[in-house]
Amino acid sequence: MGSAGLSRLHGLFAVYKPPGLKWKHLRDTVELQLLKVCGPAFAHLKVGVGHRLDAQASGVLVLGVGHGCRLLTDMYNAHLTKDYTVRGLLGKATDDFREDGRLVEKTTYDHVTREKLDRILAVIQGSHQKALVMYSNLDLKTQEAYEMAVRGLIRPMNKSPMLITGIRCLYFAPPEFLLEVQCMHETQKELRKLVHEIGLELKTTAVCTQVRRTRDGFFTLDSALLRTQWDLTNIQDAIRAATPQVAAELEKSLSPGLDTKQLPSPGWSWDSQGPSSTLGLERGAGQ
Amino acid sequence: MALSAQQIPRWFNSVKLRSLINAAQLTKRFTRPARTLLHGFSAQPQISSDNCFLQWGFKTYRTSSLWNSSQSTSSSSQENNSAQSSLLPSMNEQSQKTQNISSFDSELFLEGNILCQERKRIIPVLLMNFYHAFILLPISEEEAIQIIADPPLPPASFTLRDYVDHSETLQKLVLLGVDLSKIEKHPEAANLLLRLDFEKDIKQMLLFLKDVGIEDNQLGAFLTKNHAIFSEDLENLKTRVAYLHSKNFSKADVAQMVRKAPFLLNFSVERLDNRLGFFQKELELSVKKTRDLVVRLPRLLTGSLEPVKENMKVYRLELGFKHNEIQHMITRIPKMLTANKMKLTETFDFVHNVMSIPHHIIVKFPQVFNTRLFKVKERHLFLTYLGRAQYDPAKPNYISLDKLVSIPDEIFCEEIAKASVQDFEKFLKTL
Repeated sequence: MGSAGLSRLHGLFAVYKPPGLKWKHLRDTVELQLLKVCGPAFAHLKVGVGHRLDAQASGVLVLGVGHGCRLLTDMYNAHLTKDYTVRGLLGKATDDFREDGRLVEKTTYDHVTREKLDRILAVIQGSHQKALVMYSNLDLKTQEAYEMAVRGLIRPMNKSPMLITGIRCLYFAPPEFLLEVQCMHETQKELRKLVHEIGLELKTTAVCTQVRRTRDGFFTLDSALLRTQWDLTNIQDAIRAATPQVAAELEKSLSPGLDTKQLPSPGWSWDSQGPSSTLGLERGAGQ
Repeated sequence: MALSAQQIPRWFNSVKLRSLINAAQLTKRFTRPARTLLHGFSAQPQISSDNCFLQWGFKTYRTSSLWNSSQSTSSSSQENNSAQSSLLPSMNEQSQKTQNISSFDSELFLEGNILCQERKRIIPVLLMNFYHAFILLPISEEEAIQIIADPPLPPASFTLRDYVDHSETLQKLVLLGVDLSKIEKHPEAANLLLRLDFEKDIKQMLLFLKDVGIEDNQLGAFLTKNHAIFSEDLENLKTRVAYLHSKNFSKADVAQMVRKAPFLLNFSVERLDNRLGFFQKELELSVKKTRDLVVRLPRLLTGSLEPVKENMKVYRLELGFKHNEIQHMITRIPKMLTANKMKLTETFDFVHNVMSIPHHIIVKFPQVFNTRLFKVKERHLFLTYLGRAQYDPAKPNYISLDKLVSIPDEIFCEEIAKASVQDFEKFLKTL
C-alpha cells in the first residue's frame, strides 16, 4: 500500500512552518517521513518548495510532490499575492531589524498614536499602488485597463521589487503593534525593513518580532499541516483537497483577461481582439 | 607481462589444462545450458585419430607433469591465476577454431579479486586430454550460435552483486541477513569477505558470537555493522569476553553490550580497561553504578571520549550543576554524556531563563535534556497563553517538567492544559 501510495503522490499541499526551522530541514523531514512508509524501495522523492520562508519566519509553506513540482512553477508564474501578519515593537532599532539583533538605537514612543500609524500605512499603500501600475506595464488610458484597476486585478506578471497591495493595522497597544500586509515579490527581510521604516516615519524606531505568512496564493492557514501531521495519509488528504482549487486558480490566472500583462513593451493598448485572442488560444492549447 | 613468441605456445597449453580443471570443479555450481562438449566429459569420449589430437596429447603429457608438481605448492596457485588472467587477452586473439573455447574458458575464470580456493580434485590426466581434443574439434555455425556465454566476471568491481552468484560465502551471508549493500561501500571489507571460506573462518566466528549471546536473527544486523570482526583473531576475542566476565559483567550484560555496540569486541583488553577506568574516575560513581551505566549505553566504551569530557565541563562550568547533581542526572539518563553541546545549552537556556525553573528542579527531571526543544517551547508557550504555566512545586496547580515533556499530545492537552487538541493546533498556527 505504501509504495503504491507514494508513486501516486503528486500535487501541491501546504505545511505550517514553525519559527526556528530552516525550510530546507523542513523539506528534508517531509521527504524522510514519506519515505519511511515503504523503506528503501524509493531512494528519494521529488519534493519541491514554493515561496521560501527564512528561518525565523513562520507560516504557510507550499510544497509540491512528484508532478506537483511542475505546478509550483505555474504558481510562481501566476504571481499571486500573499498575506502576512507582522508584529512590531516600538522603541528599539537593531541592525538586522529583528528583535534579537545587535541594538543600534533606543527611543521613546509616547507620541505615537493609532491615527498616526494609520496615516503612515495609507501613504505606504498609495505609493505602492502607483508602483503596481507601473510595473504591470499597462496603459491605464484604455477602458478595459481602467476597469481592471478599479477591480484591483492589476498585478505585475514579471519580476519586480516588493509590492504591497494592501496594509492595515490590526492591533495597536504601544509598544506592540500588529499589521496585516498583502504583498507580492517580497522577502521576509524586506518586510522587517518595512517595520523599521514605519518606525522611522513615526519619528521613533521599531523592530519586527514576528513575520507569519497566513496565505500563499490560495493556500490558507486552515489547510496547512502542522508538524504532527507530516505523514502520508494527511498529506494525501491535503493534496486531494487542494487539487480542484489549484486547477481552478491556475486556469483563472492564465486566462485571456490577464494576457495583456505578458507583453513587455509599455504602453501597449489593447484595442483589438485579434492578438490577445490568439495568445489566449495558444495558451489554451498549451494547457 | 611480455612473453616471447616461443613461450606462448607452452604457456597456452599449460593454461588450457588449468582452465579445464577449474571448469571441471566449477561445472557443479554453474548452471550452464548443456552442451555436447560438457556431456562428453562424463561419458567416454571418442578418440579421433586426428592429427592435431596426437600432437595435442603429446604436448599435454609434457606439461601435465609440470602442472602436477606445481600444484603441490600452494604458493604458485596465485601465480597460476595471474598467469591465466594476464593471458586472457592473448587467448582471445586466437584463431577461429579456438575462438569458442577461449570465450568458454573466460567465462569459467575467476580473475583478479576472486580466487577459487575450492579446487581440490585432481582430474585424471588422461580424461583431460580427451576432453581437450574434444573441445578443439571445430563446431558448426549453428552450434556456435547456441553457446550461451555469460559475461565474464569483472576483475574489479565496486559492487558485490557481480560476485554473489559465484561465491558461497556471500550467499550464506545473505541468508543470514547481512546487508551486502552496506558492506560493499567498504572495499577492504568486501575483498576480505570474498576471500574467506565460509566453512573454515566464518563459521567459527558465528559460533563464537552465538556463544557470547547474540541470537540468530540478530547476527545479520551485527555483521552488517561490524564486518571488520572477521579480521580479528578468535583467541583475542575470547580473551576480551573473559576480561568482561572478570569485571563482573554477566553473560546477559555482555550480550546486550555487544548487540548495542557491535564494535565493542574489536577493542583490545587494555583499551577497554582504560575506558572503564576513565568513566569510573571521571564520574566518581561506584563500581556497580558504572557497570549499569556502561551496560545501558555501551557506545560510551566504543565512542570517542572527547565529547564526554566536553559535556562534563559544560555541565559543571557553563550550566552550573554541582557534581552530585550531574551524577544523578547521568545515572538517570546516560545519553546526556554524549548529547550535542549546542542543543544542551539551548535547551537549558530556555528552561532556566525563559521558563524560570531553578537548578534543583531541573535535576529532578533530566529528561528535558532528552526532548526536542521545539516540543518544550510549544507546550510552554501554550500554557503561558492559557495562564497555566506554573512550575513551582510550592504553589497550587503545579506542573512538573516530566509531565510537560514526556506525555503525548492528547493527554497533555486534556489533563495538563485542560483544553482541546484543536485549540492547541490553532495556537500552534499563531506562533
